Amino acid sequence: MSVASKTIAAPAPGRITLFWASSIGKKALMALTGIVLFLYVLGHLLGNLQLYLGPDSTGAQAIDRYARFLHESKGLLWTARTVIGLSFLVHAVAGIQLHLAKAAARPVPYHQKESVNSTVASRTMIWTGVLILGFVVYHLLHLTVGSAHPDFREGQVFHNVTVGLARGGAALAYVVAMVALGFHLRHGLYSLFQSLGAGNPAITRNVYVVAAWVGTAIALANLSFPLAALVGFGRG
Amino acid sequence: MSLDARIPSGPIDRKWSTFKKETKLVNPANKRKYTVIVVGTGLAGASCSASLGEMGYNVLSFCFQDTPRRAHSIAAQGGINAAKNYHNDGDSVHRLFYDTIKGGDFRAREANVYRLAEVSTNIIDQCTAQGVPFAREYGGTLANRSFGGAQVSRTFYARGQTGQQLLLGAYSALSRQIGAGTVKHRSRIEMLDLVVVDGRARGIVTRDLVSGKIESFLADAVVLATGGYGNVFYLSTNAKGSNATAIWRAHRRGAFMANPCYTQIHPTCIPKSGDYQSKLTLMSESLRNDGRIWVPKKKGDKRPPDQIPEDERDYYLERIYPSYGNLAPRDVSSRQAKYRCDEGLGVGPSGLGVYLDFTQAMQRLGQKVIAERYGNLFDMYAKITGEDPYQVPMRIYPAAHYAMGGLWVDYHLMSNLPGLFVLGEANFSDHGANRLGASALMQGLADGYFVAPYTIGDYLASPGRTPVDAGHAAVKEAEGAARAHTEKLLAVGGKRSVDSFHRELGSVMWEEVGMARSAESLGRALKRIPEIRQEFWKDVRILGSGAELNGELEKAGRVADFLEFGELLAWDALQRNESCGGHFRVEYATPEGEAARNDAEYAHVAAWEWKGEGQRQALHKEPLAFETVHLATRSYK
Amino acid sequence: MRLTLDIWRQKGPAAAGRFETYSVEANEHMSFLEMLDVLNQDLIAQGKEPVAFDSDCREGICGMCGFVVNGVPHGPSNHTTVCQTHMRHFRDGERLRLEPWRAAAFPVVKDLVVDRSSFDRIIQAGGFVSVRTGAAVDANAMLVEKSKADRAMTAAACIGCGACVAACPNAAAALFTGAKVMHLGLLPQGQPERIDRAMSMVAQYAEEGFGHCTTIGECEAVCPAHVPLEAIAFLNGDYLRATFRKREEVAAAGAG
Ligand SMILES: Cc1cc2nc3c(=O)[nH]c(=O)nc-3n(C[C@H](O)[C@H](O)[C@H](O)COP(=O)(O)OP(=O)(O)OC[C@H]3O[C@@H](n4cnc5c(N)ncnc54)[C@H](O)[C@@H]3O)c2cc1C
Ligand code: HEM
Ligand code: HEM
Ligand code: SF4
Ligand code: F3S
Ligand code: FES
Repeated sequence: MSVASKTIAAPAPGRITLFWASSIGKKALMALTGIVLFLYVLGHLLGNLQLYLGPDSTGAQAIDRYARFLHESKGLLWTARTVIGLSFLVHAVAGIQLHLAKAAARPVPYHQKESVNSTVASRTMIWTGVLILGFVVYHLLHLTVGSAHPDFREGQVFHNVTVGLARGGAALAYVVAMVALGFHLRHGLYSLFQSLGAGNPAITRNVYVVAAWVGTAIALANLSFPLAALVGFGRG
Repeated sequence: MSLDARIPSGPIDRKWSTFKKETKLVNPANKRKYTVIVVGTGLAGASCSASLGEMGYNVLSFCFQDTPRRAHSIAAQGGINAAKNYHNDGDSVHRLFYDTIKGGDFRAREANVYRLAEVSTNIIDQCTAQGVPFAREYGGTLANRSFGGAQVSRTFYARGQTGQQLLLGAYSALSRQIGAGTVKHRSRIEMLDLVVVDGRARGIVTRDLVSGKIESFLADAVVLATGGYGNVFYLSTNAKGSNATAIWRAHRRGAFMANPCYTQIHPTCIPKSGDYQSKLTLMSESLRNDGRIWVPKKKGDKRPPDQIPEDERDYYLERIYPSYGNLAPRDVSSRQAKYRCDEGLGVGPSGLGVYLDFTQAMQRLGQKVIAERYGNLFDMYAKITGEDPYQVPMRIYPAAHYAMGGLWVDYHLMSNLPGLFVLGEANFSDHGANRLGASALMQGLADGYFVAPYTIGDYLASPGRTPVDAGHAAVKEAEGAARAHTEKLLAVGGKRSVDSFHRELGSVMWEEVGMARSAESLGRALKRIPEIRQEFWKDVRILGSGAELNGELEKAGRVADFLEFGELLAWDALQRNESCGGHFRVEYATPEGEAARNDAEYAHVAAWEWKGEGQRQALHKEPLAFETVHLATRSYK
Repeated sequence: MRLTLDIWRQKGPAAAGRFETYSVEANEHMSFLEMLDVLNQDLIAQGKEPVAFDSDCREGICGMCGFVVNGVPHGPSNHTTVCQTHMRHFRDGERLRLEPWRAAAFPVVKDLVVDRSSFDRIIQAGGFVSVRTGAAVDANAMLVEKSKADRAMTAAACIGCGACVAACPNAAAALFTGAKVMHLGLLPQGQPERIDRAMSMVAQYAEEGFGHCTTIGECEAVCPAHVPLEAIAFLNGDYLRATFRKREEVAAAGAG
C-alpha cells in the first residue's frame, strides 16, 4: 500500500495540448462553444418568430425577406456557418469524449445508486446533446437543403415551415428535439459558469434559476412553430 | 543503571540555546547517508519526518491508517497554546512554563517544559506560513481564546477543528517531502517490534496490514511518535486504532516506561448510552469558556433543566473555585463531576452526567456568535444524542482521554535505549501528572518541528554505530518473534471475540484504576488483569488468516499488549502513594477532597524497566528538581 | 429494531465480489458502525468472517470510514459520515444495501474497504505551501481578511473521505481537489505557488484516473465537511488561468 507507488506526474510542457487533453480544459471549450451555440439558437429563434409577422404591404412574407437578406450577404452567411459548424464539432466531440471517459473512471458500476440532489437535466446532458445533434442533421435536410421536405421551395421559408411542420412525423421530431434543447440549456447555461471558473455562490444561485427560465422559454417559443403549423397556421 | 536526563547546564532560559550552540552538526553531504525511521504521522511524527526529509536525511515513515492524514491528532478540537501574548494580557514564555508546571502538579521536568514554552511561538509562525487557517479578528490578526488552567488568552484555534488543520498542515509538509522523494512513506503498516543491536535501536519489524507480510526496516535512528495509550480503558475519546503496541514492544526491548499511572480523564465528554458503545466523544474543553456547568441541588430532580429555577441549581465549579470557575483544570473538574454523581445529583437516564449550559451565553452573545465559536461541536452533539444543544443544555461526563505517561526520554527526547527517540503523546516528557488543555498539540509540533530534528542530528553525528544488515541475528530474532506472536494469536482458536476481552479489561481499568484509585481497588485490578490475560490466550477467537487484511488480528495484537500494559499502569498507581494531577488516590486527599501530593517522597519520575515475562518491572527514579518554580500546593480557588 | 443487510463481500482486490445477506438486531442509539460491530460480533460467534470496513476516530473527522448505504455515500443523513450516522434514522425491519466506494482510482481492498492513496498523491503533487521548518515570519506579519480566512477554513475542512468521488456520476474528485486549491488559493501564503499548484494537481488527478466534473452537484450534497461547490469553480478558474499564464512563460522562454 505504498503511497508513492504511482509516480507524481510532472505537468507536460505543451500547454495547449494539455488544455484539450485535460477534462477541465475540454469543459471550458464546451462552455465557450456552448455559448456560441446558445447565441445562435437565440438569434435563430428571433429570426424565426418573424413567421408570425405574416405578409407585409407588398404581400411578401416578412420571414422570406429576412431569409433572402441573409442569403444575399454571402460573406456573413458563410462566416456564420463556419463558426457555428466548428462550434458544433468541437462541442459535440468534447462532449462525447468526456462521456466515454466516464465509463473508465468507474469500471464497476453501483448496484444501487440514488441521486441526492441533482437535476435530471444535469444527468442527461449527453443524451439531450445527441438528440440535438441528430435533430440538426435532419433539420438541415428538411429546411435548408430540402431533400427531406415533401414540397420544398427554395427561398420560400414561410411555405417550407408551415407546410413542412404540418406533418405529424416531422412535427413530432421537432417537439422532441425542442424539449431536449430545453433540458440541455437548463443545465448547460448554469454549468458553463462553473466550467469557466465563476463560482461565487451569490451569482451561481441566481444563474441556476435564470438558466431554468431561459431554457424553458426557448424550448416553448421553438415549440410554438410545429404546434402552430399543426393547427394549420399559414395555410388559408 | 542511573537515568541521566542530559539537561544542559546554565540558567533555565539559556539551556536550549546552549544545547543548540554546542550540538554536533551533520555535514550536509553526509545527511543522505543516514536513514531515520519515523513511526507515526500524527503532529509529532509528520512534522518530524517532514523536517528531517527537508534537512536531507533519508526518512522512512509509517502509519497504520490508510493515509498519514488520519492520525489521531486530526480529532483535536479546541486549540493550541503559544506564548505569543497577542492579546496583551500579560502572557510570556515564563508564564506558559509556569502554568504548565503548575497544571502538571509539579511532576514534570522543568527544563523540557521551559523549552516547550520557548518554541511554542515558532509553532504558530510555522503553521500560519503553511496555510493553516487559524481563526482571525476583523483586523486580520490571529484570534485567541482562553482554555482550562490559564488566566490568559493564549490558545489559537481553527473553528472546532484545530487538530485537523494543524495535522493537515504537517501532512502537507510531509506530502511535499514524499513527492520530492526525501521521505518514503508506507500506510497500513503496523510496527510489531523494535530491533535493538548492541543496545542501540536500529530498526523495526512491521506487518503490512493488507498483505500480512512481516518484514523489517533498518536505520541509524528510530523515532516513535505513536500516540497515547488511552484505549487501555476501552472506552475513551481516542480513535479506535490508537494503541500502546509500539511503545510496549519497545519497553519489552529495554526502553523504560515512565509514569504510566498518569492518565487524564477529560471532564466534558458525551455520556455513555449503552454497552454496544464503541468509543466516547469529547466535547472540547473550549466549551467551558461560555458554558456553565451545573447539577440540580435536589437529589433525583427529574424536572427538565429549563424548569429548574436558578436558585435550585448548583454551579459547583464556580462555587468551589471562584477564581477559575468553569475553567478549573481537567483533573479537578472531572473529579468534582464524579463527586456530584456519586452524591446522586447526576442527570440524564444513567444518572452519570452534569449539565453544560449555554442559555445565558446565548442571551448575552446571541446564538450566531455561539454558533460561530462552537457550531461544529454543537452539530456533533446533536448528531450523537439527537438533542439540540441550542435548545436544551448539553449533558456531559468525564471519560479517559490522554496519557501523560509514556516512554521515558531525556532532554534530547531520546529514551534510555540510544537511538530510540520518542515524540508526542508517546513520551512522558512535558505534562507531569496532568496536561493542560491545548498543550498536547503544542508539544507534538514542538517535538517534531523544533526539537527532535536537532537532537537526532546530534545523535547521528556521534560515533559508535556498527553497520547492520537484514541478515543480522538480532534482526532475524525480532522478525521471528513478531511472526511467532501473530501465529500464536491465530492458533488460540477459542470462543470469545477480541472486543469482549478489551471491554472486560476496560471496565476493570475504569472502575478500579480510573478517576479515584485506592490500594484496595488497585489490588483488585492487579489480581483481575492477569486472569483476563490468561483467559484471552486460552479463549480468544480470531477468524481469517494472517496473510490478508484482518481487523480482528490487528485488534488482538493491540489488546494483548494492553493486557500487559494495564497491569503495569495499575502497579505504578499502587506504588505512587500520593495524589497528584490525574493520579488520585482516595487515601491521599485534603479535607476538601483535593489531591494531596507528597513531595518529600514522590517528587520523582517513576521509570519502569522490563524484567522479562511474568516478572515485575524494576523501578528507576529520576528525581525532579524545582529550581525555578517553587513547589506549592495547586490552588484554583 | 431488526434490520436486513445486503453487504458487498470481496476477499481481495483481485477476487470477485458479491452481496451477502445478514440480519442484525440494533437499537436507535447506536451509530451505524456500532450496528456493524454488533453484526460482526454475531458473525464471529457463528464462526463466520466479520465484515471488513474502515474506521478510526468515529467522530466524523478522520475521514477513514465510508461506504454506500442504499445508493447514498455515508448513508441517508446528508453531510454526515457513516460513523456519525445514528440508527434512529432507520426504521425497524428496513433492508439496507452496503456497497464500497466505486471508482477506478479507489480499488477495493476487501469488502467495504477501498484504497484512497490516489488522494495522497494528488496532495503530494502540489497541495502544500513550500516553507522550510523555521523559515517562517511572525504569524501576524501577514494580515488576512477575516472573511477570506473563514472561506479558506470552509474549504480546508475536507476530511478526505472520498464520498464526493463515490457520489459523482462521473467519479470525479473535483470537490476534493478543488477544496485544497481553494483553501490555499484564498490565503496570501498560498499565492506564490498558486499557478503551479493547479497545474500539477490536475495533472496528477488525470494520472489517477478520476472522472471529469459536469456540475452535477451530488458531491456537495453528501460531503460531510460541507465543502461548497464553489471549490470546483475555484479549481477550474485557477487551472484555466494557469494554462494561459504558462503558455506565455513557455513563449517567453523561447520554447513557444
Ligand atoms: C478527541 C480529542 C481531542 C483533543 N483535543 C486537543 C486539543 O484541543 N488540544 C490539544 O493540545 N490536544 C488535544 N488532544 C490531544 C492531542 O490530540 C494528542 O495528544 C496529540 O494529537 C497526539 O499526537 P501524536 O502525534 O503524539 O500521536 P497521534 O496523532 O495519535 O499519531 C499516532 C500515529 O502513530 C501511528 N501509530 C500508532 N501505533 C502504531 C503502530 N503500532 N505502528 C505503526 N504506526 C502506529 C498512527 O498511525 C498515527 O499516525 C485531543 C485528543 C483527543 C483524543
Ligand atoms: C444548440 C446546440 C447546443 C447548445 C446551445 C449547447 C449548450 C451547452 C452548454 C452551454 C453546455 C455547458 C458547458 C459547460 O458546462 O462547460 C453544454 C454541455 C454539454 N453539451 Fe451541449 N449544447 C448544444 C449541443 C450539443 C451537442 C450537439 C452535443 C453532443 C452530442 C452536446 C453535448 C453536451 C454535453 C455532453 C455537455 C455536458 C458537459 C456539461 O454538462 O458541462 N451539446 N452544452
Ligand atoms: C422549431 C424550431 C425551428 C424552426 C422553425 C427552424 C427553422 C429553420 C429554417 C426555416 C431554416 C432555413 C433558413 C434558410 O434556409 O434561410 C433553418 C436553418 C437552420 N436551423 Fe433551424 N429552426 C428551428 C430550430 C433550430 C434549432 C434548435 C437549431 C439548432 C440546434 C437550428 C439550427 C439550424 C441551422 C444550423 C440552420 C442552417 C442555417 C444555414 O442556412 O446555415 N434550428 N431553421
Ligand atoms: S470534499 Fe467532502 S466528500 Fe470529498 S473528500 Fe473532502 S470531505 Fe469527503
Ligand atoms: S457530482 Fe460530480 S459532476 Fe461535478 S459537481 Fe460533483 S463532481
Ligand atoms: S471514523 Fe473517522 S470519520 Fe468516520
